[in-house]
Amino acid sequence: MKINMKKILIVDDEPNIVMSLEYIFKKENFEVFIARDGSEALEIAELNVPDIILLDIMMPNVDGYQVLRFLKESVKLRDIKVVFLSAKNKLSDIELGLQLGADKYISKPFSTKKLVNEVKALVK
Amino acid sequence: MSSILVILVILVYLAVIFYVAFWAEKNSKSRWVNNPYVYTLSLAVYCTAWTYYGSVGLAATSGLKFLTIYLGPVIIIPIWIILMKKIIRISKGNKISSLADFISLRYGNDRFLGALVTVICVFAIVPYISLQLKAISETFNVITNHKIVSNSILNDTTFYIAFLLAIFAAFFGTQHTDASERHKGIITAVALESIIKLVFFLVIGIYVTFYLFDGPNDIYNQASVLPNFKEQQSIDGLKGGFNWFFLSLLSMIAIVLLPRQFQVTVVENEREKYLKKVTWLFPLYLLLFNIFVIFIAWGGNVVFNNQNVDADLFTLMLPLINGHEILALLVFLGGFSAAISMVVISSLALSTMLSNNLIIPYGFLQQFSKGESEENTEVIKNIRRIAIFSLIIVAYFFYRSFILDRSLVSIGLISFVLIAQLSPSFFGGLFWRRGSSNGAKYGIIVGFLITIYTLVIPFSIDSQLISSLFIREGIFGIGFLKPHELFGLQIFEPVPHAFFWSLFFNVFVYVFYSVSIIGNYRERNFAEMFVDSTKYASLHEDAYVWKGEAYVKDIRKVLTRFLGEQRTGRALNLFNIKYNIDSKNQFADARLINFSEKLLTGSIGSASARILISSVIKEEEISLLEVLKILDETQKAKESNKELKERDKQKDEFLDTVAHELKTPITSIRALSEILLDDEEVDKETKNKFLTSILNESERVSRLINNILDLEKLATGKEKLDLNENSIKETIHKSINSVTQFAKNNQVRISEEGVKEAKLIFDEDRIQQVIINLLSNAIKFSSKEKGRVSVFTYINKKKIEVSVEDNGKGIEKDDLISIFNKFYQSKNQTILKPVGSGLGLAISKQIIESHKGKIWAENIKPQGVRVTFTLPLNEN
Repeated sequence: MKINMKKILIVDDEPNIVMSLEYIFKKENFEVFIARDGSEALEIAELNVPDIILLDIMMPNVDGYQVLRFLKESVKLRDIKVVFLSAKNKLSDIELGLQLGADKYISKPFSTKKLVNEVKALVK
Repeated sequence: MSSILVILVILVYLAVIFYVAFWAEKNSKSRWVNNPYVYTLSLAVYCTAWTYYGSVGLAATSGLKFLTIYLGPVIIIPIWIILMKKIIRISKGNKISSLADFISLRYGNDRFLGALVTVICVFAIVPYISLQLKAISETFNVITNHKIVSNSILNDTTFYIAFLLAIFAAFFGTQHTDASERHKGIITAVALESIIKLVFFLVIGIYVTFYLFDGPNDIYNQASVLPNFKEQQSIDGLKGGFNWFFLSLLSMIAIVLLPRQFQVTVVENEREKYLKKVTWLFPLYLLLFNIFVIFIAWGGNVVFNNQNVDADLFTLMLPLINGHEILALLVFLGGFSAAISMVVISSLALSTMLSNNLIIPYGFLQQFSKGESEENTEVIKNIRRIAIFSLIIVAYFFYRSFILDRSLVSIGLISFVLIAQLSPSFFGGLFWRRGSSNGAKYGIIVGFLITIYTLVIPFSIDSQLISSLFIREGIFGIGFLKPHELFGLQIFEPVPHAFFWSLFFNVFVYVFYSVSIIGNYRERNFAEMFVDSTKYASLHEDAYVWKGEAYVKDIRKVLTRFLGEQRTGRALNLFNIKYNIDSKNQFADARLINFSEKLLTGSIGSASARILISSVIKEEEISLLEVLKILDETQKAKESNKELKERDKQKDEFLDTVAHELKTPITSIRALSEILLDDEEVDKETKNKFLTSILNESERVSRLINNILDLEKLATGKEKLDLNENSIKETIHKSINSVTQFAKNNQVRISEEGVKEAKLIFDEDRIQQVIINLLSNAIKFSSKEKGRVSVFTYINKKKIEVSVEDNGKGIEKDDLISIFNKFYQSKNQTILKPVGSGLGLAISKQIIESHKGKIWAENIKPQGVRVTFTLPLNEN
């Protein structure tokens, strides 16, 4: 059963956001991993190689942009899908995120249904 | 010493200098090239062969008078720094590349004035360059023991040296077409030579003072018994005092206005802050250079007493007659380096003036307005190269034919007096709005003629050894017009005398013309920009007033002829971005015209730039009054605009952060509510957990909103403080009580043992808010095990200090100040975000400041943070 499960890594420093996302994706049959900042995210990604990462931008220490840069430099991790989830929604922020190679940029607050659909479409 | 050997040494030395220049030009970004030391040392081009030999000569014959030349600059240094800051700013802002350009631009791009200044400078400096060549040649003959001066040019080593210098200056001086660009190769080489000449002079000074003699006392004792010693070493009463004063004044002017000084100080200045280093380093340099002069002079007088030895050559002769040839060679090299620095920088400065202010504006504009950019820049460079060669060659022939037997100092001083003729229009132009171009022109001409009459003619007659009837009796035997005692003025020696009268009439004519005839509006426009430079510097191209009709495509065509297609396009693009102008706009405005003139100024001089641009535009006359009015309005508009922009930016940033901070809890609320709404299978425990979270996040939103409103009220002063006399001890106690539960939950112990009693006036609720905020921060950040927070006070006559300490990890040094900013949360916070809006400390700061107190944070030992605020005690 576990073999077919898609792996998702949720990276956010807001516990309640993490809690809600964890609940939703467990319900959708994902194997869920959680990281609370950029460096933890990179450790977990290296270890478990998820199919997709939901990535916050404004985090202490290593921020979301830096995480994405690291991922894209690694041969092992560069194919992981990345969705930015951020409250920053200026056009310039979105452009920067997509330029760095994110697959999707979703602004906070988001609709959970739409998020689930986007994620499913990406990992199909 | 054999002349082959000396020539070999010279060639090696020149090779080193060429290589250094070459290296610096290649590594123009290097720190070895761009630093205040190189800059300051390059200013020491002031010390020429004159310093090396002439100072000693003058000291030997006239005592301390030699000092005036160095005293002037040292005295004036503090004022010089301020003045130079202004001059450098103006020059950089307008791409000015020479003294002539500076004066010509100030008086409304006046072509004739620029040419006049150029002519005066050439007239003054070429003999001065000859002097350096003469010094090289004489010392070469002394050191190689040549008694006879060779008659054929081809046998004269100095000719070849002059030729090599011309190649050096022409090659490194014309790397850029834009003469206002820095010449890093030349400057670095000159800085190196400044070190060489100083070190070698110190070596010979120490050698004479301590090796040939037994220290300064010994020299003094031996020299003081010589005849004439007393008269030489005193200032000679009031009369001598006047002479001293005017000579010092003359050298003060020289340090600013000598073309080579203007070149190294203004044109070659990379950064304004380099001036700071000059403040002490340059006077120190001059001091070191002058320490031993008097001892070498006295020593020479003692050793060569009653022998026919030229005092100018004491420096070289002393080691020679004692058989120390290597030392003599060092002296020769020192003097050589002093001479060639001066020759190179002076010819560079003069060639820029000649090309940009005389040759191009009067001879090449027609050709330039048709040529292509490559041709034009090549022509400009060639004009400068030819100018450099001609200057040095003319100087060489001048030395050969006229001044073989003149002392170094006399010609140097004549050239100072000639240059000083530029000072009324230069300084007047910087500080006096009314100074007009006609005043400047006539003033300079009158001063120049008087100098010729009182100094240059008598001097050249004297040097021809023709009867000096003219000097003794005056022209046509009119005693009133004796050149050295004009109008019966007898107290001055010839040089101060000429300086006094020429400047007297120069200033008089300048002021008289400026006051009686009002200059045109263009002059006044630049006068405003120069006199009020700090005010108009921020206006950039807006400081230029112009009315008329002009098309961008015409101006573009002119620019392309000098800058080429690519650079012109780039420059105009930048201009459009700077002023937010649509690139399709076909009409040119005052800003574009001024901008284009500046672009061309560095290459062809300000007067030519103006003429070329004017030829493609149609200008309307404006009244002087209108110019001043428009300038005033532009400036006011600009200022208020800047303030508005800054405020807008801060507001934007604040709003961005507020939006971000509000969206975060709302994201949680929305996601959790959607789950609860859509998913009917949620178990009870999860449901409770989710609902609690929703509540918490809602509270967070309202807390944030309250805080923002609070901050706004405090910052704008809308809320009045409720000021009463309160007990600080009681307030602290109350605050601690309200966080007791929070402290218990975190297992933190709070101690208030260090709190003393004091009554003072404050808003109790607000101060309590501050203390609670500090306490909850301290609790959050104190050590996880054995957490401890302590509060204590310190009271003196003026204020009370309240401190809150924790024993946590401390704050990074960079954060100590920024934690009081809005929404600043330290980078090294623990992984779990502590509950907080990011506004607590900002609010606390606002409250304390409205109580006229201060608040700050510091790290303490062994670990933890202490935040302290002060409240002033009322005086009564």
